[in-house]
Amino acid sequence: MNEVYLIAGMAVVTYLIRYPLFAVAEQIAFPDFLSRALQYVPPAVLAAIIFPSTLMPEGTLQLNYSNPWLLGGLVAALVAWRSRNLLVTIVAGMIAFGVCKWFLEA
Amino acid sequence: MAVTKTRPPMSELLAGMRNTTPLVIGAIPFGVIFGTLATVNGLSFQATIAMSVFVYAGSAQFIALGLLAGATAWPIIVATTFVVNLRHLLYAATLVPHVKNWSHLIRPPFAFWLTDETFAVVMNRWSEQKKPITTWYYFGSAFTMYLNWQLCTFIGLTAGRSFPNIAGWGLDFAMPVTFIGMLMPYLKSRVMWWVVLISGGVSVLAYALPHKLGLMLAAACGIAVGVLFEILVTRKGTR
Repeated sequence: MNEVYLIAGMAVVTYLIRYPLFAVAEQIAFPDFLSRALQYVPPAVLAAIIFPSTLMPEGTLQLNYSNPWLLGGLVAALVAWRSRNLLVTIVAGMIAFGVCKWFLEA
Repeated sequence: MAVTKTRPPMSELLAGMRNTTPLVIGAIPFGVIFGTLATVNGLSFQATIAMSVFVYAGSAQFIALGLLAGATAWPIIVATTFVVNLRHLLYAATLVPHVKNWSHLIRPPFAFWLTDETFAVVMNRWSEQKKPITTWYYFGSAFTMYLNWQLCTFIGLTAGRSFPNIAGWGLDFAMPVTFIGMLMPYLKSRVMWWVVLISGGVSVLAYALPHKLGLMLAAACGIAVGVLFEILVTRKGTR
């Protein structure tokens, strides 16, 4: 029974975040500074997800060579920078991560 | 933007699907691991499917599992979901100038399908490829992501049992690596570097905040620094 409340609750709060601005889109005119601010949304949110997951994969800061998440992330960033290709980046990053993890555990 | 009407629907649909494919590949391990871990963490088979079908928010679903494992009460999990998903409000706000041109009929499902991935793909269409965000393009991206998430949840729920250690394989690295690939194209100016470094730095420092509030705080700081930088630079009259 609690599962029903849980899922209904999660679904409702998530939808109440996603839908309202879509519903009234034509009535919204953002002031200039706000439209400027919104262009920084994608990089800001992506960075806020990437940094903790690569720098602190187990919840504490691991700024060292024995952190495969960090090493794999650096390789992915470099490949993304050079190749500009998302698929190549994902494959290269996963391989780098796997190799680092395997070496560190061996 | 009458261009919406003049672009052929089929090619827009296919372009949306095609440009979402790399992100789908990045999301596969994520979805499969979710399906695998769900029942281990005390969610029933039906509830796991229902969560992916009706909530459809990957990171919130994962965090819910973590909280369920700690026997957290459902209202707390719902509150955490709210905070974790607040970033979608920023996405919706960013999309407002484009959504204006869409019919009201399609807005409810399209809003439901708004995810990190679809947002990244449609914004890329606009800012990198300099093309309008058509409804067919959006649908191609959104539907591909949605279908993939349902399939992966189901695969994890059923076949995942044969691989009980799958969560320890490091496949969850697929998500940060996908996001890194999406982030790099934005780093074309000094202001963007500042946005990313400040947001990233704050997200690490604020990691311990309850209900994953750190994510929103970090994003807000990064955005604020971007605006501040822009104001300072334009005031000086240098670019």
